[in-house]
Amino acid sequence: MSAHDTVDQNRRDFLYVATGVAGAVGAAGVAWPFIDQLRPDASTLALATIEVDVSSLEPGMSLTAKWRGKPVFIRNRTPQEIEEAKSVPLDELKDPVARNQNINADAPATDADRSAGEGKENWIVMIGSCTHLGCVPLGQQGDFGGWFCPCHGSHYDTAGRIRKGPAPENLAIPTYQFVSDTVIRIG
Amino acid sequence: MSAHHSHGSYTPKTGIEKWFDQRLPLPRLMYDSFVAYPVPRNLNYFYTFGGILSIMLVAQILTGVVLAMHYAADTRLAFDSVEKIMRDVNSGWLLRYLHSNGASFFFIAVYVHMMRGLYYGSYKAPRELLWILGCIIYLLMMATGFMGYVLPWGQMSFWGATVITGFFSAIPLVGTWIQELLLGGFAVENPTLNRFFALHYLLPFMIAGVVVLHIWALHVTGQTNPTGIEVKSKTDTVPFSPHATMKDAFAMVVFLAIFAYFVFYIPNFLGHPDNYIVADPLKTPAHIVPEWYYLPFYAILRAITFSIGPIDSKLGGVLAMFGSIAILFFVPWLDTSKVRSAVYRPWYKLFFWIFVANAVFLGWLGSKPAEGLYIPLMQVSTFYYFAFFLIIMPLLGLIETPRKLPNSITEAVLHKTGGAPAHPAGATAAPETKG
Repeated sequence: MSAHDTVDQNRRDFLYVATGVAGAVGAAGVAWPFIDQLRPDASTLALATIEVDVSSLEPGMSLTAKWRGKPVFIRNRTPQEIEEAKSVPLDELKDPVARNQNINADAPATDADRSAGEGKENWIVMIGSCTHLGCVPLGQQGDFGGWFCPCHGSHYDTAGRIRKGPAPENLAIPTYQFVSDTVIRIG
Repeated sequence: MSAHHSHGSYTPKTGIEKWFDQRLPLPRLMYDSFVAYPVPRNLNYFYTFGGILSIMLVAQILTGVVLAMHYAADTRLAFDSVEKIMRDVNSGWLLRYLHSNGASFFFIAVYVHMMRGLYYGSYKAPRELLWILGCIIYLLMMATGFMGYVLPWGQMSFWGATVITGFFSAIPLVGTWIQELLLGGFAVENPTLNRFFALHYLLPFMIAGVVVLHIWALHVTGQTNPTGIEVKSKTDTVPFSPHATMKDAFAMVVFLAIFAYFVFYIPNFLGHPDNYIVADPLKTPAHIVPEWYYLPFYAILRAITFSIGPIDSKLGGVLAMFGSIAILFFVPWLDTSKVRSAVYRPWYKLFFWIFVANAVFLGWLGSKPAEGLYIPLMQVSTFYYFAFFLIIMPLLGLIETPRKLPNSITEAVLHKTGGAPAHPAGATAAPETKG
């Protein structure tokens, strides 16, 4: 007779679903810290920026810095290397994009856009990790006088652009800037 | 059905057995599973590898647990702690060689076990779940083996980990996020080593859990046998003890003797010398190769050198490699033949052996650099690998004419069908039939 004797099925279904959803959200909330702890921690992120003194690098010299656990190639290129890279027509490139974090994502892979920019075109800063499967390429080797990856035979030119072999992209250029004429901050 | 053909039943005799039986009937479970449990009378030595795998798992856990008491999962200490195990820890050299060679022999046994399943059609109804549980164990084994190889922190450890975690960066959009989640950083570093150690310690126990399900499923459906015919009467079976226990024990002794030869005489034969050089994130070894048991998949990865529509060669290679393992899960439904065993399937038998030879060839290619003639060979070989499952298996079941099946296991054993001699190839006869 009274409302208590009949079951409102819609209302009951709603309560079931609402309870289930609340439980699922709660479970996901509990699961998140277990996944979140896997991500790079604060000390790893704190090392995400380094400063490198490049005052000792004469033209034709390179150094390798370690940044985020990976090698970073810093090279003071010779005028001849710059000329070589400049003379390559863009349509000959396997990857026509500059892959330079410091400029537009779709900038073309000209030598200027690969280098440290106007006035500093002799400098090139790249992550020394082959874009194929992450091996470290060897400097001043290969068919194009740039870098050569011994793992699967990728050849990069003097601007670090992929020219031959299985790697899909040019060597990545990380975010960096010259904080003075002789110090580069990476990251 | 297994209970139906059971050989004798458990009767508690002593007071303590009765006491247990009414509270926790563990002795009864053991008796029913490993004494009275009926097994087909015609099982051959290929059916002993399940038992061999069980003891290899136990051996790996035992040696692993004691090695963990001396190992330090820290990039500054890991390599030296392994050398300390080799030089300073009492019997450390033996325990480490048992563990590292044990991994290889674990994989040898699992490959024989899987090939046995593929040859005798062990995956067919009603044993699909049994097969899938096996595939899950194999996947867990691969993950465990990979992470274990990273722990000594040699050059191959480091660069193998770099290349393999690099696979995940090929996934569109979320790839880099997943890769950093796995690594705990931007490259293989201390957080990576730490978590790999934790997981390497955990996963074998998860394997043990799935093994329990695998054996449970086996004991529900009963074992297959070389004829592929189901057990029909009690004369088709023999009790597990002593028949299967003795046969398994003999096979284990032979297997462990070969294992011991490797451990004591050529302990580094299956390893790579570069892993005795401490990991250097700034210098890549000239030629990165994974452990031998992953080589066929490494060849498949590198066979994809071309883009397929929007999928570039890097993602394509990774998809092909994971696909080559994922496809195993679907074998029960890809094989359309009503006949289980390759013994009665002349064409399947031929393609099966080509598949085995091709898998070995893929492994050899995996150890070679991806250049020159090796690349087209990898591509042809990868094509056959997939064609075997996706084309040959479904088609053959529809067009092949199988040989005449015997009426029962007993008939197959006692009166060999097809005019073959009394004891044809492949020691299929159970001992008692030899008089």
